[in-house]
Amino acid sequence: MERTLSYVEAIREATDQEMERDPAVVVFGLDVDDPKAIQGTTRGLVEKYGPERVFGTPLSEDAMTGVAVGMALAGLRPIHVHIRMDFLMLAMNQLVNVAAKSRYMYGGQVQVPIVVRSMIGKSWGQGAQHSQGLYSFFMHVPGLKVVAPATPYDAKGCLVHAIRDNDPVMYVEHRLLHFQKGPVPERLYSVPPGRARVTAAGKDATLVGISYMQVECLRAQRYLEDAGIAAEVIDPIWLSPLDTETIVESVRKTGHLCVVDNGWSTCGAGAEIVARVAEHFQGSRAIKVKRLGFAPVTCPPTPALEDLYYPNARTIASAVFDLVNGKGQSWQPEERRELQEIEFKGPF
Amino acid sequence: MTERFYRSLYRIRRVEETIAEVYPTDKIKSPVHLSIGQEAVAVGVCEALRPKDVVFITYRSHAAYLAKGGDLRKMIAELYGKATGCAKGKGGSMHLIDAAHGVMGASAVVGTTIANAVGYAYAVKLRRRDQVVVSFFGDGGTDEGVFHESMNFAALKGLPIIFVCENNFYAIHTHQNRRQKLANICGRARAYGMPAERIEGNDVFRIHERVRDAVGALGAGASGPFFFECLTYRLKEHVGPNEDYHLGYRRREEAEPWIAGDPVRRLAAMLDGARRARIEDEVEAEIRDAFAFAEASPFPEAAELFTDVTET
Repeated sequence: MERTLSYVEAIREATDQEMERDPAVVVFGLDVDDPKAIQGTTRGLVEKYGPERVFGTPLSEDAMTGVAVGMALAGLRPIHVHIRMDFLMLAMNQLVNVAAKSRYMYGGQVQVPIVVRSMIGKSWGQGAQHSQGLYSFFMHVPGLKVVAPATPYDAKGCLVHAIRDNDPVMYVEHRLLHFQKGPVPERLYSVPPGRARVTAAGKDATLVGISYMQVECLRAQRYLEDAGIAAEVIDPIWLSPLDTETIVESVRKTGHLCVVDNGWSTCGAGAEIVARVAEHFQGSRAIKVKRLGFAPVTCPPTPALEDLYYPNARTIASAVFDLVNGKGQSWQPEERRELQEIEFKGPF
Repeated sequence: MTERFYRSLYRIRRVEETIAEVYPTDKIKSPVHLSIGQEAVAVGVCEALRPKDVVFITYRSHAAYLAKGGDLRKMIAELYGKATGCAKGKGGSMHLIDAAHGVMGASAVVGTTIANAVGYAYAVKLRRRDQVVVSFFGDGGTDEGVFHESMNFAALKGLPIIFVCENNFYAIHTHQNRRQKLANICGRARAYGMPAERIEGNDVFRIHERVRDAVGALGAGASGPFFFECLTYRLKEHVGPNEDYHLGYRRREEAEPWIAGDPVRRLAAMLDGARRARIEDEVEAEIRDAFAFAEASPFPEAAELFTDVTET
């Protein structure tokens, strides 16, 4: 029988199994060993592996990122955990100037196998500095791999790969995904870069949903069925390196591409995906494209404004409807409460 | 010991003087930050280390790279941008590395490698390795936030690391007293819970003795870190091969006591003439060989642009 785990449990299991397999794996970050154990993702690890391999840190994002790099240079495989992605701003020097560049600028003499886990927040008034999806910053920099798994299956498989990868990996979690449940094999497996996943098949439009937006895209796909539009939904999983080919193949079929980003659209992951698809076709296939993302403002905490700030299934469905049928056909689906309960079905 | 120290000091001085001579020809394809005047710190520290110990360095680190055993041929080739350089021409003077000899790399961004050294030391402690880590940085580095965060963590965890502040008084062209209200770099270190000592930086023997004691203590199981502030002086400009007293940010008189106390000359005077001449001849031959090697080496192939980006 298939086993079901939450995203949190999948992360915990991947960490536990890898720590057991490889004594070089260490986990640290503010609060990894406190009673809340980073939403439970690090629960029990300090008891099992001891306070040298699992430890909380001073409030010190910059130096601790540099410490992770130094550990990696000495042969460890550190996982550095940040309860919010916003705090990575304090670590940019070490991430961009050192972790990403060391292999190259030292002519291949060293490798920096670090994993940086960070969370994007949403809802309950997360506001300006607890909600940012900043992965496009890291996609910009050669030498950094970026992954934003949306399912418990990928949460485990991508983390296993990230730990074993000999280069730095930015591992991006969304707080709302932590509650998602899905099939997760007990065995160790990895989900490496290279293959995006088609999570729903369709012929009329291609919907690419990043991180948590994958959930909203799958809901949007159901709404669009009501309007007679069959949307194909794609989860890129790894953002860098990015599997452009799977997206291109889908757009070749549908002619319509809507990328739903879990960040701002300007210079974002969606911009990159749209540009790559356009570069590929160079007019050989008529395509229409649309980017959706956070409203181009700072995230407001009040729900009255926050609801307008994020794309959701209905605004996505509406945008895709416009894309396929042309402007002026304005359509917004009636809310279907049962779609709020949509969960990922596997197996993937 | 005097002979060994002299060889190392003379070698570093002459390598950098040769770099300064060659620099105007534009054969060197990298901005160089010369440590002429500061050599005694690197030599005193690195002579106290064992081959298995490691150092993390700064962008002004030809001296530490060479003192720790870095390959001279590969260093000069790196400055020339050649494929035979220690980083295949991809690092330049500011990113020297020789992992095989425990030189773990440098950063052009001030203070950055302090944290990397601390992380390495954490791994040493976790793995119960008999190894000591040295972190070199300048007085400017102690202004950076990463210095303070790193001190705190290294002390908290009792790591086997020796912090060596090469205080040459200047961050680019700005004197310490225009950047720090108190000249208390050792006090900063003590505030985080580690012993700290200021040493006159031309005294290569004193530096060596104190670092040797610290290495011994760490080897015997003492808890680190140890902190040394070595007062020293940069005789050339911040970047480039020339003197820069004409700029007006410092006066030549300020340099004179340091020139008078020059450890290269001091140690030369302590040696028997014939032995000294032999050392100098050997070093000169080695330097000629290294520059000839760099000149004769090829530039990297075009395909090298895309290697080492990630694992291949």
